Amino acid sequence: MPVEVLSRTQTTNDEGRAVEELVVNVGPSHPSTHGVGRVVVHLDGDIVTHADMMVGYLHRGIEKMVENRTYLQVVPLTDRLDYVGSMYANWAYCRAVERLAGIRVPERAEYLRVIVCELQRIASHMMGLGASSADTGAFSAFVYAFDERERVVELFEDLCGARLTYNYVRPGGVSFDAPEGWTERVLEFTAKHRKAMAEFDDLFFGNVIARGRLKGVGVLSAEDAVAWGASGPTARGSGVNWDLRKHDPYSVYPRMDFDVPVGDRGDAYDRGRVRLFECIESCRIIEQAISQMPGGHVRPEGLARLIAPKPGDAYDHIESARGSLGVYLVSDGTPRPYRMHVRSPAFCNLALLPKLAVGHTLSDLVVVLGSLDPVFGEVDR
Amino acid sequence: MNLEQLRDRLAELSPRLYPLFSLEFGDAVIGVERDQLHDAALELRELGFDRLGMVTAVDYVDWMVLVYRLQSRSMSTALFVKCQLKRDDLVAPSLVDVWPAALWQEREVYDLFGVDFEGHPDLRRIMLPEEFEGHPLRKDYDNPRVIKRPDYI
Repeated sequence: MPVEVLSRTQTTNDEGRAVEELVVNVGPSHPSTHGVGRVVVHLDGDIVTHADMMVGYLHRGIEKMVENRTYLQVVPLTDRLDYVGSMYANWAYCRAVERLAGIRVPERAEYLRVIVCELQRIASHMMGLGASSADTGAFSAFVYAFDERERVVELFEDLCGARLTYNYVRPGGVSFDAPEGWTERVLEFTAKHRKAMAEFDDLFFGNVIARGRLKGVGVLSAEDAVAWGASGPTARGSGVNWDLRKHDPYSVYPRMDFDVPVGDRGDAYDRGRVRLFECIESCRIIEQAISQMPGGHVRPEGLARLIAPKPGDAYDHIESARGSLGVYLVSDGTPRPYRMHVRSPAFCNLALLPKLAVGHTLSDLVVVLGSLDPVFGEVDR
Repeated sequence: MNLEQLRDRLAELSPRLYPLFSLEFGDAVIGVERDQLHDAALELRELGFDRLGMVTAVDYVDWMVLVYRLQSRSMSTALFVKCQLKRDDLVAPSLVDVWPAALWQEREVYDLFGVDFEGHPDLRRIMLPEEFEGHPLRKDYDNPRVIKRPDYI
């Protein structure tokens, strides 16, 4: 992690002792595997007294680029928002388009979307937990987590040919039906994954060093989580029971039986464990979805390639691995969106970092950043 | 709570905001004048809209519209608040003191649209560098480095 001292100021404190305030720059070249963000921290000794999070290093102007493309051409751009959870941005965007243009989605496609998004949740949480464990020095847990992620990525490769930017969910349905034997391989994976998660729980959250690093660090109260617009595991780790799959159900989620894991202390440890238990709940959802999945088409027949919705605006959102991911679309009646805005959960959660880091040591700043699990592609857009 | 119930509740608890209520694409929307935006926000928070989900703007060339999406966990419903601004007077009250969630999102609108939020504690660019000129999400933003995609359709 590149750390550089920007300034030193010597003052005397109330007791008449000389103290020194250090201003330190952390980043932006990939501070601890979480992406391209930069934090300027003011330190008193080793304690953070003020932090300023700087984002925008990955700003590609996707919201501007969208205004120059047709509705279908936008789907690959949404892949590049949250690049460890591409399926979510695909889906949120397609839901907004379907709402705007009044497209009905075949039931089989809805089930495939639920299955891939729950697999994506596992892959994304494994990435987040893996990075968190590497931050706290638990490198073996990092390797185990990435092994699980690799299994999911292989399943996605079989399904749509891509390992990172899937471009799988399209307006009206999905791009391909599941190949033969794919659902069986998914079920094999979920059976193995439950065991792997029990092992990971022991290996990482049972480790006395990891517990020492995570417990009581970056405590977020439930009131603050709501007021600051936090969502996903960041809010649920603080005891805010808010999951769009349950509380604003969309797609076929009302037919699924699953629990929403909620923490109570709101520290990095609870946020991490919420992610771990969500992976197990995702396995439950995937198994139910596969057993309920009907046959039929995965795209509506006769859907035009050029979508030109009538003028107006629509918003739709889904529960991504990071929280409520919403897409706001404005149409002026032409085949190109007039405006698209992505309500990014990582952006809203990351706004909490300066607040949570104060009072902790510089090394805990990295733990707090990891526990918010930001993906900078989505933060900067 | 469905949209009719929300409308009734608004009529009952907040008769001042009720006439502004409308429906667009299945979403409940209220339009608020700029001078009343801050008071309306406080009133809506009292009504139970405890979360500010989204802040953004849309440039309609003749005017600019600020779009806020509020969520209420107790009523499990959402509400859009829209506020029209004149293009030559892009100033709006900041809602950071009502919902801290606006802190970064208003900075983003300021950065990309050039809307000035009065009372914002830390109004700086967030996505683009400080020395950047112009506000790229405006429709009239002109930069020779922006290449228009050719019309294949």
